[in-house]
Amino acid sequence: MTGKTLYDKIWDAHLVDQAQDGTCLLYIDRHLVHEVTSPQAFEGLRMTGRTVRAPDKTIAVPDHNVPTTPGREVVANMTEESRIQVEALDKNARDFGINYYPVSDVRQGIVHIVGPEQGWTLPGMTVVCGDSHTATHGAFGALAHGIGTSEVEHVLATQTLIQKKSKNMKVEITGKLAPGVTAKDITLSVIGQTGTAGGTGYVIEYCGEAIRSLSMEGRMTVCNMAIEGGARAGLIAPDQTTFDYVMGRPHAPKGAQWEAALSWWKTLYSDDDAHWDKVVTIRGEDIAPVVTWGTSPEDVLPITGTVPAAADFSGGKAEAAQRSLDYMGLTPGTPLTEIKVDAVFIGSCTNGRIEDLRAAAGVLKGRKLAPGVRGMVVPGSGLVRAQAEQEGLDQIFTDAGFEWRLAGCSMCLGMNPDQLAPGERCAATSNRNFEGRMGRGGRTHLMSPVMAAAAGVTGHLTDIREFMAETV
Amino acid sequence: MDKFTKITGIAAPLPLVNIDTDMIIPKQFLKTIKRTGLGVNLFDEMRYDDTGAENPDFVLNQPAWRAAEILVAGDNFGCGSSREHAPWAIKDFGIRCVIAPSFADIFFNNCFKNGILPIALPQEQVDVLMKDAEKGANARMTVDLENQVILTSDGEEIAFDVDPFRKHCLLEGLDDIGLTLEKAAAIDGFESQMEQSRPWV
Ligand code: SF4
Repeated sequence: MTGKTLYDKIWDAHLVDQAQDGTCLLYIDRHLVHEVTSPQAFEGLRMTGRTVRAPDKTIAVPDHNVPTTPGREVVANMTEESRIQVEALDKNARDFGINYYPVSDVRQGIVHIVGPEQGWTLPGMTVVCGDSHTATHGAFGALAHGIGTSEVEHVLATQTLIQKKSKNMKVEITGKLAPGVTAKDITLSVIGQTGTAGGTGYVIEYCGEAIRSLSMEGRMTVCNMAIEGGARAGLIAPDQTTFDYVMGRPHAPKGAQWEAALSWWKTLYSDDDAHWDKVVTIRGEDIAPVVTWGTSPEDVLPITGTVPAAADFSGGKAEAAQRSLDYMGLTPGTPLTEIKVDAVFIGSCTNGRIEDLRAAAGVLKGRKLAPGVRGMVVPGSGLVRAQAEQEGLDQIFTDAGFEWRLAGCSMCLGMNPDQLAPGERCAATSNRNFEGRMGRGGRTHLMSPVMAAAAGVTGHLTDIREFMAETV
Repeated sequence: MDKFTKITGIAAPLPLVNIDTDMIIPKQFLKTIKRTGLGVNLFDEMRYDDTGAENPDFVLNQPAWRAAEILVAGDNFGCGSSREHAPWAIKDFGIRCVIAPSFADIFFNNCFKNGILPIALPQEQVDVLMKDAEKGANARMTVDLENQVILTSDGEEIAFDVDPFRKHCLLEGLDDIGLTLEKAAAIDGFESQMEQSRPWV
C-alpha cells in the first residue's frame, strides 16, 4: 500500500460523506468571515430561516474595506460603501452570535493574520474564508482555501463544503537561502518557474531544508501565494517551529488537550512512499532577490535582470507581455534597478506581520525615503501595530517619511481610499500586480519587505545585497 | 430555495441575442449587501432613460407584460461575468423561467441555485413561444416541470429536457444547502466522533 500525503491525511480526517461520483462533503473546522463577501450569505440564512451551525467555529473581522486612518471607529468617518458593509458585518456577527473583532478592537486586522495570531488556525484543520488568500493558513499544515459567497452560506448553514479532491504536488526547496533572500523571494520564484496555472488542480506541499528553516511568518508568506500559482491550497507540514508558535495563543488547546493535539499533529507529514502527481525542485542557493516587472505574478525576474521584450515569449504570452509592458510603462532592455518608483507599500496578508516590519525597519533605520517617494506602512493587525510601536519601529518608519497606518488590507486591493494614482509606480510587499489592483492605472512591482524598503530609500528598484554592502 | 413545479403566467418576449449579465444587472448595482431588491434594476439600461424615467418601449414597462413570470429570449442568454446578481435580479423581479435557444454556462448553473428554471430549446420552438409571448396579458403560457412540457396559450405542447438531478432539486425546492442538510445525521455523527478524536477543535 502506498503511503499518504499530508493533504490525503487531512482530507481523510474531515470526510463526512462521499457520493458515487466522487463528490465529497468535507467538515470545516474554522470559517473566517469578512465584510465584503459575506452579506448576501447571511441574508440567505435569514431568508430561509436557517442559523449558523457552529458559531463557535466562525470568526468574523472587517478588513478589506475599512479605512486605515485614525477616527475610523466612528462609522460616520467611513465612505458610504465601507460603512454599509462594516455595519452589516457588525449586525450579522451580533445576530448570529459568531466570534467577532470589530474595527475598534486592538485584535482587528487582516483576517489571515488574525486567525493564526489568535490561535484559531491549528495544524490539521480545514479552514475556509470567502477570500482566495486563505491559502496562508496552510503554513500550519491546515488545509485552507478560498470559497465563493454561495459556499460561504453553505458553510455557515452546514459547517461543511461540497468538494472534489485535488491532486498532490510537491514543491521542494533544497539547501540554504543566500543572505538578502527571503520567503517572499521563494514564493515568487516558484510562481516564476511554474507559472500562474502551474498549480491548477493541485494542492501544493512545500518542503525541503529551506522551507524548514523558515519561521512561521515566513512560511505564511510562502503559502499565501500558492493561489497565485494556481493551486487550490498550499501546505507545510507542522514541526517544532509550528508547535512553538501555536502554544499559548488565546484559542490554542491547553493542558491535556494540548498534549492530545500535539500527538496527532506529530503524525501530520507526507509518508516517504506517498504518491505525488507532480514534483518541482528548486535549489535554495539558486534563488535571488526577485521583483515582478509585469501585471501577472509569474512575471518574476532576479533584480539583476533587465526588462524583457514581448518577443522573448512565445504563444499567447507574447501578447500578454506586450500589454503588460505598455501598462507598466517599461522599455525592454532597461536594467530593473533603473526603474524609478513613486511609492512604497509595506503591508498585506503576505508581508504585514511583525517580522516583515522589523525587516523593513532594519533597512530604513537612520535613512529617509528618496525625495518625491511616498511610503505607507499598514500593519497586518492591531496587535502587530502595538508590538511594532513597543519596539519603536513606528518611529523608524515615520522618521524615514512613511505614513504609519491602522490595520487592514488597504492599498493591497484599493477598495477604500488607499489607492495608487494613475501611472504611479509602487514597490509593494503584497501579492497581486494585476492591472488596476492597487488603484486605476497604478503600477505594482511585487517584492520582499527589505527590497521594498531599499527601493524607497534609493528611489528605484534596488538589489538589497548591494544596498547593504554599500551602506553598512 | 423556492420550489418550482408548474407555473401558468405571462411570458415576456425579448428577442435579442447575447443578452449579457451587464445588461441584466449593470455593475453599479453590485455594491449592495443584499440579493433581494435588485428587481427594480433588472435590465436597467434598457428599462430606464438617463433621467431614470421608464422607457415606454421596453417590454417589461408595457402594461401587458409588467407582471411577466416567464421570459423568452434570444441565443446565448446570460453571457459575461459570473455575478450571481444576474439571477438574483431576475428572480426578484418575479421571473421564474427563462426560455432561449442557448445559455451561458455559469448563468445557467446560477439559475438552478436560485430557483429559476432555464430551458434551452431549438430556435424554431423558441420562435413559436416568442410569437405566443407577443400576444400579451391574455395569453398565458404554462411551464410544467414535472411533465417537462410547455403549453402555449393555444394549447400547443412543447417538450423540453432537464437534468434529472436538477429537476429533482427544483421540484423539491432543494438548493445545495438543502441537499447537504439532508445529510444532517452524517454531520451530527461526524461532530460527535470528533468530540472524541479532536476535542480541541
Ligand atoms: S491583504 Fe490583500 S490579498 Fe490579503 S486578504 Fe486583504 S485584500 Fe486580500
